[in-house]
Amino acid sequence: MPVRELADKKIWQRRTTRMQFAAWFGWLLGVAIFVYCWRLISEKTIWFFVQDAPQQAADMAERMVPPKWSYMEQLWIPVWDTINIATLGTLIAIIIAVPVAFCAARNTTPSRTLVRPVALFIIVSSRSINSLIWALMLVTLIGPGVLAGVIAIGLRSIGFCAKLLYEAIEEIDHSQVEAIIATGARRSQQLSFGIVPQILPAFAGISVFRWDINIRESTVLGLVGAGGIGLQLDASISTLAWTQVSLILLVILATVIVSEWVSARIRHAII
Amino acid sequence: MSELATTRRWKRPPFIQNPTLRRGLWVGAAIYLALAFGTMEVNWERVAEGTERGQRFIAAFFPPDFVSRWDSIEEGIMESLWMTITSTVVGIILSVPVGLGAARNLSWRPVYLFCRGILAVSRTFPEIILAIFFVKLFGFGPFAGFLALSVGTIGFYGKLLAEDIEDMDPVQAEAIKAVGARWLQWLNYAVQPQVMPRMIGLGIYRLDINFRESAVVGIVGGGGIGATLLTAFDRYEFDSAAAILLIIIGIVMALEYTSGYIRKWVQ
Amino acid sequence: MLRIENLEKFYPTGDHALKSVHLEIPQGQVLALIGPSGAGKSTLIRCVNRLVEPTSGSVFLGDLELTHLGSSDLRHARSRMGMIFQEYALVERLSVMENVLSGRLGYVGFWRSFFRQFPQSDIDEAFELLERVGLDHMADKRADELSGGQRQRVGICRALIQNPDLLLVDEPTASLDPKTSRQIMRLICELCEERQLAAIINIHDVLLAQMFARRIVGLQHGTIVYDGPPEDLNPQVLTQIYGEEDWEATIEKVKDEDQELDSELVDNVTKLKPVS
Repeated sequence: MPVRELADKKIWQRRTTRMQFAAWFGWLLGVAIFVYCWRLISEKTIWFFVQDAPQQAADMAERMVPPKWSYMEQLWIPVWDTINIATLGTLIAIIIAVPVAFCAARNTTPSRTLVRPVALFIIVSSRSINSLIWALMLVTLIGPGVLAGVIAIGLRSIGFCAKLLYEAIEEIDHSQVEAIIATGARRSQQLSFGIVPQILPAFAGISVFRWDINIRESTVLGLVGAGGIGLQLDASISTLAWTQVSLILLVILATVIVSEWVSARIRHAII
Repeated sequence: MSELATTRRWKRPPFIQNPTLRRGLWVGAAIYLALAFGTMEVNWERVAEGTERGQRFIAAFFPPDFVSRWDSIEEGIMESLWMTITSTVVGIILSVPVGLGAARNLSWRPVYLFCRGILAVSRTFPEIILAIFFVKLFGFGPFAGFLALSVGTIGFYGKLLAEDIEDMDPVQAEAIKAVGARWLQWLNYAVQPQVMPRMIGLGIYRLDINFRESAVVGIVGGGGIGATLLTAFDRYEFDSAAAILLIIIGIVMALEYTSGYIRKWVQ
Repeated sequence: MLRIENLEKFYPTGDHALKSVHLEIPQGQVLALIGPSGAGKSTLIRCVNRLVEPTSGSVFLGDLELTHLGSSDLRHARSRMGMIFQEYALVERLSVMENVLSGRLGYVGFWRSFFRQFPQSDIDEAFELLERVGLDHMADKRADELSGGQRQRVGICRALIQNPDLLLVDEPTASLDPKTSRQIMRLICELCEERQLAAIINIHDVLLAQMFARRIVGLQHGTIVYDGPPEDLNPQVLTQIYGEEDWEATIEKVKDEDQELDSELVDNVTKLKPVS
């Protein structure tokens, strides 16, 4: 209790003395960790470059304008590829994510001791590896190109979609399912009448949401050779063609804005 | 009436009522898929070659090789962790004023538009593109990665903070205003208690994201484990690569577990 | 019709929800189960169709013992018992018709139900029932667009289309206003009479129980403490079931309201009946 009695006056404090110390100690520890990390980063930084940076930035900006508009002709196909990588990748991901999610949700999994941990492991490993790293692996394995990008996006998105979906499955209203069980429905029917209608909106929302993210991610996959507009970005940067770089950035910006608009419209139409 | 009733048919009403639109969407989707697959250039010989390499890669996980590249793995992981922590802290601190400014119910119009602009720009470009530019400007090393992740954090956290403030209960905020609190007191007593639990959870979530991102900024020279991983793949040292991947998965799992625990504890 | 013997239920938390419950219900009888929250009413009816597994004891539906049935036989038995739920428990994102038809799931194979190809006879019956409760024009509305009373009527249709021998009714009026509550209770009782159905109705509202049921069973701490006609409910009995409180007013009110309601009853019934 943060109320103490002292000479028959009640003294109120927000925290007890002990908690107060704990809070101070927590802050102190946090600041110490931060300072320590910062020192280590600073050791690895050449501060001369940092001081030089504003001038460099101004210089770079100057070289980036005006964008080389004529380069646009060569960008249409990469943009098309980028969109395909995102869309097909998302498609693959949701096809695989649905069964994984049903196996991972506590209330629908066939076996909590065998199947669920496997499903959870699939989810975690897919989620913890960035799509760029997936792409890096796939480019080494199956060669550069759009296919590597599609699979990379797909593999990365399985975990994301499955995680959100299985949380949605676990949060359904059980009484609706109970009502279906009470009619004598078999398990498959309980699924299709009791559970699927409840998670359908979440499912649609998740797919569109992930597609939106994937558009953004697929713009950079080209940096490791997995197709899309990132290839052109990489090439333009390494040849110091700054006017092309600025055009590509504008195109990426436009693509992302359009995809955000489209996904907002779809989500609005569904929910 | 009852005779009529016995011949009544029932069909599930389709999701999209308008039949032309419905069929149009199906046809459109089919054409799109055909085009998308049709324009995808795949070198099947190269893919076939990959299956053999794939087997080697999978075999490399049993067992992975932590030892032979341990020095660079350790350095990379440590760099990634420092970057994660510093960029999360700095990003969140910077995103608070931006987020406050970008909440429609707190700020006035020009500030609102300005802050929303900052958020939109910092959210559009993936961290990796930001990292490319910061590497050009500040040289190779974790500082560039740190900056890229911080900017990404501002975009992510600022937007969610602004939305959360816009969604808060106006009655509680009014009540504190009514007692005559000044603006900062009002923030502290009316806004902060309402948004804090969720924001702590999101901060930890962002820590998670930043770690995952810190593993890739190294690919473009921004420091962290990514560079080590790239080298391992370039040299076809799959067993070292497997080790790095396992370490990343392990750290992400640990972070996720702790963050779930902390979030439960906060709420 | 239904015979419950020695039913016991322990929850894993250690709650002893049912203590050696005996109960027998003949065909066509409507029984109201009253008692305070946590007395085990819900557990009791859920033990009958084994949405909750009883710890021990036996439940006979006709001659069929339910507590040891395998999953396929259990499904079969469940399709003979209709259940009506407290918060309606409609699948909110399915249409009214789909909700009603879901009552036939125990009789239809998976793929047929998946593509919503129910036999025409089921569809006819669904329309008839919806007409009976006055909702046939709503068939293609989504369930979450309906009001509480309408939803509960759909719930009743779903239970009845199963062609059950027994109705299990769990607090049908708990989320409804007083007038709708009466209409719903009346509807359930009328339908039971028409079809000679036995029913167990969980209800916490003593007034409603007395108005509509001909047999009242009082449950307290998992034990049956009263079993008899509604007229014999007196303050002592209610005190035994619910604990110390001034019960005179409740009982007085029932008597008054009964007379008052009789006139109201008449127009409500006509409202509910199909216009044929």
